[in-house]
Amino acid sequence: MPDLSINFAGIESPNPFWLASAPPTNSGDQVMRAFDAGWGGAVWKTLGQPIRNVFSRYGSIDYHDHRMAGLNNIELITDRSLEDNLKEISEVKKRYPKHAVIASLMVESREEWREYVKKSEDAGVDGFELNFGCPHGMCERGMGSAVGQEPRVLKEITSWVKEDATKPVLVKLTPNVGDILDPGVAGVEGGADGLALVNTFKSLMGVDLDKMVPLPRVRDKSTNGGYCGPAVKPIAQFMVASLARDPRITIPISGIGGVSNWRDAAEYILLGSTSVQVCTAVMHYGFRIVEDMIDGLEGYMIEKGFDRIDQMVGKAVGGFVEWGDLDLNYKVKAKIHEDMCIGCELCYVACYDGAHQCIALDRDPAASAPTPGVQRPTTRVPRILDSCTGCNLCSLVCPVPGCIEMVEEETGYAPITWNEYLEKSAAGAEPRSILAPGPGAH
Amino acid sequence: MASEFAARLPADRAESGLADLKPALNEGQARAEASRCLYCFDAPCIGACPTGIDIPEFIRKIASGNYRGSARTILSANILGLSCAAVCPVEVLCAGDCVFNDKGEPPIQIGLLQRFSTEWAYDRGLRFFEKGAPTGHRVALIGAGPASLAAAHELTVLGHECVLFEGRALPGGLNTTGVAPYKMRAEMSIREVEYIKEIGFEIRTGVEVVPDGTAGTLGAASTIAFSELEREFDAIFIGVGLGPDSRQGLPGEDLAGVWGACALIERIKNSGRDEVGYDAARVKNAVVIGGGNTAIDVVRELRKLDVENVTMVYRRGEHEMPGYDHEVAYARREGVQFHLRANPTAYVPDAEDASRVGAVRLVRMELGEPDESGRRRPKPVDGSEHELPAQLVAIATGQEKLETLLGSIAGLELHWGRVKVDAASGRTGNPRYWSGGDCANGGKEVVNAAAEGKLAARSIDGAMRDGSVRRSGA
Repeated sequence: MPDLSINFAGIESPNPFWLASAPPTNSGDQVMRAFDAGWGGAVWKTLGQPIRNVFSRYGSIDYHDHRMAGLNNIELITDRSLEDNLKEISEVKKRYPKHAVIASLMVESREEWREYVKKSEDAGVDGFELNFGCPHGMCERGMGSAVGQEPRVLKEITSWVKEDATKPVLVKLTPNVGDILDPGVAGVEGGADGLALVNTFKSLMGVDLDKMVPLPRVRDKSTNGGYCGPAVKPIAQFMVASLARDPRITIPISGIGGVSNWRDAAEYILLGSTSVQVCTAVMHYGFRIVEDMIDGLEGYMIEKGFDRIDQMVGKAVGGFVEWGDLDLNYKVKAKIHEDMCIGCELCYVACYDGAHQCIALDRDPAASAPTPGVQRPTTRVPRILDSCTGCNLCSLVCPVPGCIEMVEEETGYAPITWNEYLEKSAAGAEPRSILAPGPGAH
Repeated sequence: MASEFAARLPADRAESGLADLKPALNEGQARAEASRCLYCFDAPCIGACPTGIDIPEFIRKIASGNYRGSARTILSANILGLSCAAVCPVEVLCAGDCVFNDKGEPPIQIGLLQRFSTEWAYDRGLRFFEKGAPTGHRVALIGAGPASLAAAHELTVLGHECVLFEGRALPGGLNTTGVAPYKMRAEMSIREVEYIKEIGFEIRTGVEVVPDGTAGTLGAASTIAFSELEREFDAIFIGVGLGPDSRQGLPGEDLAGVWGACALIERIKNSGRDEVGYDAARVKNAVVIGGGNTAIDVVRELRKLDVENVTMVYRRGEHEMPGYDHEVAYARREGVQFHLRANPTAYVPDAEDASRVGAVRLVRMELGEPDESGRRRPKPVDGSEHELPAQLVAIATGQEKLETLLGSIAGLELHWGRVKVDAASGRTGNPRYWSGGDCANGGKEVVNAAAEGKLAARSIDGAMRDGSVRRSGA
């Protein structure tokens, strides 16, 4: 069996699945039930001066019949006293000594940081996560993402904590920045032992069309909240991978953003995450989802021959390059497996209206308008034209898995990237001798 | 005013207790089902709908919560969208052509989604069409069934004045009198008629149209002759449907308890429970003669009305039955017994009450050479006579054609008792007459009648506008 345990900058965990600092880690009871279900670690709901929340705190978007493709919240950090939280942390650590318990912290003054670090360590935490990410409410008070958006401040506070902490310190980044490398590098420079990202995205969750107030609605108003869940995964993965491939980022990453199952987790690990953190999926389905994450990841590791997580970490990072480093002579074309086609013709309309007009119906669409007594055409299978640009769109809209395959075609030309092409043509190479024929003026 | 016809329906009809076989979807169910739809391009389901409803579009509108727009899409193509949603055999029409069938997944429940949107609009009294600017043209429509209703609605939108003449007390045709109640009960049909009629045409019930100089046959309160219609109206649409149940001329057909299938269904649907004409307590065995969809409707209805033993007698085998396979399968599941390759020779009086039927005498049939329809012709087996007990018999071997009525119209041609029409226009051999629905197609679905009525309306509109037809009294 593969070994799922990890060592994240000194924090030991039986597996890479951690609960993110959020409502699921609000109390000792929850965290213990999560550990019983199989979670390897938990980042406690952010400790700080207890706040007062509004009622009506979450909003979500649905996609078709699927609920909560994206979730947002305007909930603040813990509303419970530091003493209660620490007492429960201490109890959890006593009962679950092998599991990772990480204190998320968000306070203001240097003195407060020192006090919270000290008291948390006394309670037995395995590490810290500095909440420089929360983009709602707390940032208006100069904390959370207000810190994460100022690399200089981020670096300074990180260095304060590092002076006092004996346990590893993670910095949690906000994605609400122009370039995620700026706060990432600042964290490293401040002495952080690890980075955790992403926190949530600033968002409005739509509008109540009857009351004409944004969502989630608090009486007759709303405010921007933090957006997360499956819908943010691609953006979060870009940010994680951007840090993972940068040589200045020398510390481990905890990947966060839309992790719902083992596949998402495996992707994050391959993109450079040592652990992953989960919130929305648990808020949707409960702690039990970790079972699939554990044995799904085990199955994947067996299939791919990984014995330990650290062998997997970052395996896909090298494949993430700039556009100019992609092979211009790599060619694919769509192929419809006619025996699988159900005739929905979504590929046709998508290509015709939405892309490059490279799919034909072998009949006049107007002739198939419902005319009484006129028999429908016997075939509804569209035909891929030679002009296919290999854009993938048809294979993406096709509802039958495997029906449209993108097939690689030999061009007879050696691979060449845009950057190489510029170099070679500057050196006098004839473009047509190095670049396979195709549209575009070069 | 809105309940003019509804008030004529007794509340305690036998059908009133029967539940919908496919219960209506609630909003959540409709949204979920609509979300499954792939929104095919040039979708096959549209081509399978005789009225060409843009099905993916109305379903997409359900998924987005645009129920008003969804109902508009449906009713723009087919003003009988409500009844069609309930009674269409979607298994062999739209849903039968859903691409999900080829994907090995259940097809979209198009009928139930259509019912959701149309009922939603009905419940809110939403109307999408207005009477057109008056043209001064007048059209008479004979019969107030689906074909005439569709035609009259279209003609009214186009600005023509329409009057429907209906011999029965209730409009709606077979939707009101003949559709199996577990698909649609009479009140839904009446609700639809009243909704459609609100556009602004007239329905005269209890008025039978008759050949000049003849009396009525339906027992209607009054009659009106073709010549009078021709004087008063520029064009005439014939949507009279089929005639009374066929009889076989067998001994004992007049015994109490022997019914024509349509007559029995009409009682079940439109009359008070006491008037249905059989004492449910004493009917333990019912026999239905025939293998078509009407026969299947009757056997299923009788089972649902708690008749213990319901047997369907058909002279050929199950594979030869003209009824839909899915309907036969339902009937079997509901406990209907099938007595195949047998034919009645007589209806036998009850031992205790000689005025009532007590059994059906049958003869075994074997299949011989194929007949002109390609099906093997059944022939009786000598010495195979036997009896099935039956306190109730329904004969579902077809309906008469109204040849006397229709044959009296000059120039109008009949083929096998059907009105011959031009397929593209619905126009008959007499240029002032158009026709559609069962009397022209021989007996198809409501949705066919709706399509044919609309098609004829367009043709009538053109003919009146170019002045090629005009009322003789004008």
